[in-house]
Amino acid sequence: MDLENQKRIKDLAETHGNENVVVVLGGAEAEASGLAAETVTAGDPTFAGPLAGVQLGLSVYHITEEALKETFDADVYEEQVGMMEMVLPVEEIAAEMSQFRG
Amino acid sequence: MSFAVVKAASYTLAHTPDFIPFGSTPTTAKARNDYEYFDTLKKGLRSFEDVVNYPPNQCYIGNITPQQLGEMAQPWYQSAAPAERTGKYGDILPQEEFFALLKASDAFDLVALTPEFIASANPKLAAHPQLKRFTLDAGKAMSAIDMHAMMEGHKAEPLTMNGELVGIVKQAHDEDENLSAHIMLENLTVKATGAHAALMLEAQGQDLSDIDYVIECSEEACGDINQRGGGNFAKAIAEMVGCSSATGSDLRGFCAAPAHSLVHAAALVKGGAFRKVMVVAGGAVAKLGMNSREHLAKDMPALEDCLAGFAFIVGENDGVSPIVNTDIIGRLNVGAGSSPQAVTSALVSEPLKAVGRKITDIDRYSAEMQNPEITKPAGAGDVPEANFKMIGALAVKEGQLERKELMNFVKNHGMPGFALTQGHIPSGVPYLGHGRDAIMNGDINSFMVIGKGSLFLGRMTNLFDGISTVVEKNPGVHGSSQNQAAAFDKDEARRLVAKAMQDVAARLAGSENE
Repeated sequence: MDLENQKRIKDLAETHGNENVVVVLGGAEAEASGLAAETVTAGDPTFAGPLAGVQLGLSVYHITEEALKETFDADVYEEQVGMMEMVLPVEEIAAEMSQFRG
Repeated sequence: MSFAVVKAASYTLAHTPDFIPFGSTPTTAKARNDYEYFDTLKKGLRSFEDVVNYPPNQCYIGNITPQQLGEMAQPWYQSAAPAERTGKYGDILPQEEFFALLKASDAFDLVALTPEFIASANPKLAAHPQLKRFTLDAGKAMSAIDMHAMMEGHKAEPLTMNGELVGIVKQAHDEDENLSAHIMLENLTVKATGAHAALMLEAQGQDLSDIDYVIECSEEACGDINQRGGGNFAKAIAEMVGCSSATGSDLRGFCAAPAHSLVHAAALVKGGAFRKVMVVAGGAVAKLGMNSREHLAKDMPALEDCLAGFAFIVGENDGVSPIVNTDIIGRLNVGAGSSPQAVTSALVSEPLKAVGRKITDIDRYSAEMQNPEITKPAGAGDVPEANFKMIGALAVKEGQLERKELMNFVKNHGMPGFALTQGHIPSGVPYLGHGRDAIMNGDINSFMVIGKGSLFLGRMTNLFDGISTVVEKNPGVHGSSQNQAAAFDKDEARRLVAKAMQDVAARLAGSENE
């Protein structure tokens, strides 16, 4: 994950409390989404950024996961995400993401 | 007014393994004393032959088409057959010729080379059909000892061949960081690689002396402390390659700048302000080895070992060359939104709808043409394929395509990515050469060029950017287009009326004087 984004997420978690922050990913690929999820839960696996060795344990979902999808207004979701849902490997992403949630 | 046409396009590479340490990723590794990275990098470097034979590079310089590339087995870096360094659209420079060109680009005595290097490089320049106009002055050589002294004082960056010092790029000012040795190295690289691309237009029979405007659209900025990014790469390149009739300026827009430049060039010509516009871009030093950590971790070569350049000419309608149909311009306006759906609609379906066309009417799409072999190991996926899927998915949503046909659309209207991840380089325009030929050969009738840019990287706005237009078969100067015929008649009528009024005014003036 981009080092600047790691810093922003760390700052947000410190300001609002880990339990009050949900990270929503929009990446196009399962492996990269998994890496991002790992970074905000168990810490930066590349040990390059501000989250290296920092276990925030944040809630993290990909925008195409069912659990998140059902919280949106269906029309808004269709307008904003419907096309990408058709394009992305949704099931592969969901399987990857589930590994990083207890 | 008649549409402007794409007259020619050139694509060039320069293999610069010893420049990789100047890239952003290696620079960060150096700051962290990450010696392990540099040890691994050495093992991941490719030879010049490997770079020449690499199929995406062969596609970029025009020796194979994107369709032929798509039929080749992957990984491409393992399936390379012997190939030529010169292609239909350009060539691949070995590092020695690139360093020589860097010196030829130097107007302020900032590049110094050793006498041995100059003696070796001059015959190479003389043997190159387009670079033979340049000869390095042996009288200006500098000894390696003097070079080391400048580097120790942090006043110069080294030019090395296989680790051996052969030259330096000096700082251009003692205190101004905008003219530091590193920035001068980056900017002279833009000028040298841009000039190389421009000269390869000449190799295709284009006359550069009657170009009257040059747009440079890379991602670097030249200027000093008082005007960082003031410019002007365009005129520097124009001067170097003999565009003596041209003026010009730099256009910036992150990765979208080349597509913006295509639209600008077409508009300048169609509007009559200029007759023959060259768009040119040099390469980005910072992008060398950008994803090399991921490549090396997967036992791949460091594929980002070249600087890329391109140039193309947009001119007045010759009745033959493909037209830039500026009636179709996809605009990602400030209010357009930045969801992928909003972006794709604004860039693809809305401009087509406005002229009564469908997404499926355009034969090929050329969006962000990054080589997937470079981006996939880095977690960025197959960028062009993702774009074609998005365009196809939009066609499904708009009822122009059946859902089950989505992947066929990707195959038939897209193509594999073959451009280096040099920021602006993949931005839609790498297909101008192949697409122009495909139209001229009658294989396709049209293609859309799409550029996209991530403006948030500059920290001025969170907006996303993009622009698109369509290049298509020329209907002929006086072809079937009634609009063109009508426009011609209107212009003629205006001219006749103006002349008649001048005559009347002259007669009235004459009678007053009597």
